[in-house]
Amino acid sequence: MKLNGKQIPIVYSLFLWAAIWELVGRYGGLAILPPLSAVFEAGVEMVPTDKFKSAMVVTLDAYFRGLAMAVAIGIPMGFLMGVSKTIDRLIGTWVNIFVSAPLTAVVPIFMVILGIGQATVIASVFLFAIWAIVLDTRAGVKHVNPSLPEMAHSFGASRWLIFYRIYLLAALPEVLAGIRLGLIRAVKGVVIGQLLVAITGIGELFELYSRNFLFDEFWALLLMVFAFAFATAEAVGLVEKRIEYYARTR
Amino acid sequence: MNQVAKNMTETKQDTIVEVDGIAMRYEGGVQALKGVDLKIPSGELTSFLGPSGCGKTTLLKIIAGLLTPTEGEVRIRGKKVTGPGPDRAFVFQDFALMPWATVQRNVEFGLELRGMPKDQRGEKAVKYIAEVGLAGFEKSYPHELSGGMRQRVGLARALAVDADILMMDEPFASVDEQTRRKFQEDMLDLLSKEKKTVIFVTHSIEEAVYVSDQVVLLSPRPGQVQRIIRTEIDRSKSPDEIRRDKNYLDYVDDIWAVLRTYL
Repeated sequence: MKLNGKQIPIVYSLFLWAAIWELVGRYGGLAILPPLSAVFEAGVEMVPTDKFKSAMVVTLDAYFRGLAMAVAIGIPMGFLMGVSKTIDRLIGTWVNIFVSAPLTAVVPIFMVILGIGQATVIASVFLFAIWAIVLDTRAGVKHVNPSLPEMAHSFGASRWLIFYRIYLLAALPEVLAGIRLGLIRAVKGVVIGQLLVAITGIGELFELYSRNFLFDEFWALLLMVFAFAFATAEAVGLVEKRIEYYARTR
Repeated sequence: MNQVAKNMTETKQDTIVEVDGIAMRYEGGVQALKGVDLKIPSGELTSFLGPSGCGKTTLLKIIAGLLTPTEGEVRIRGKKVTGPGPDRAFVFQDFALMPWATVQRNVEFGLELRGMPKDQRGEKAVKYIAEVGLAGFEKSYPHELSGGMRQRVGLARALAVDADILMMDEPFASVDEQTRRKFQEDMLDLLSKEKKTVIFVTHSIEEAVYVSDQVVLLSPRPGQVQRIIRTEIDRSKSPDEIRRDKNYLDYVDDIWAVLRTYL
């Protein structure tokens, strides 16, 4: 973006949109869109409350548990799909269906099986996060230069050693990219899970605020969730950048 | 290069690798090799030369134990090959360096797999990195090196494990011409010190004649041994003299005469 021939940093566009929001909120007369300053105020008031804190604890607990499960199961699954054609054919179609399916529709099934509670939310996080991790890990393993495992074999490496010393490290850039996507999708998973269950965590808060027309609080919470998703993804992005040279030299 | 070996006639006649009736058919029906018999003398440099797709790399990988032949067997000092072993080290066409590891770690890799303690293998790696002319690059990563330098790392890694047989699969194919010549000369120098049996795959006639004591000519697919040419070239001469040597040029012409019939 340029103004009077000068390059303007991209962050300034954020300020511009913030200003527009403030003005529309103040003078637009829309009940659902309060001015940004009011949203910030509501946020500052909201954070120290016990209700918010306990909602955060419940939410982060579900988020990280679901995510940990998705990583712990997703990476080996993608790995097996990458090295074995049989396994790839066996579950590849399902993974591809799930990665593009409207998973929100599946969450109610969890409610039936797991009950209306934390377990359902964790399952929802898991379900949203895992597929990107599986597919990216699979792609990473598939892209490993075949000379590398052959080289390790020629120096007498066992199969197992080739797996973790060559495949896992060589696929690391893609695995991290998968985890980054998984983190973002897991935020979706936790919010949708809690909204559908509707009695826990920030899902409960969202319900509470929107039902009672507390839009200052509603937007404040929404912005926090957005910021969280963005920040965690960026954090993984930083790690990815550090090992970027892998990908360039394969 | 193998002046030493040549002077010791008894070494020269020892066969270290015996290829016996090797046939290779890939899944999907491609017959890469058929009825290959071959004896590779100890302490010499033997190269496999042939048109693209004649199975020379396949043959090399079978000897290395990386591929299992459909028929026949390979024996090393009379013992049947069933897989890779510490008597052989492989240099890959695309270098096969681990991009996440430094030059030092890459060169140590073979030693590490053989269970050598850390300080010992570190020392050995440093020595071979210097021998291939990369002293000072121990902490560099492969992506910071040129193609020629990367292959020197591959060579150092193979030399470090101190195998009797060094197997090289078109090691200079991904290296530019000037670098290749220098590299060939350095390699011959180094090998004359190391006294190894070398099996070398190439599609360059000049390269084969220049570096080898014995050139094995393979026919197009399915690859068979067409001819074995022993190159009697006075290798005490300088590299440039060798490249102008009458014998050298005659061998190149002879081989070309055979290879052109495949076109």
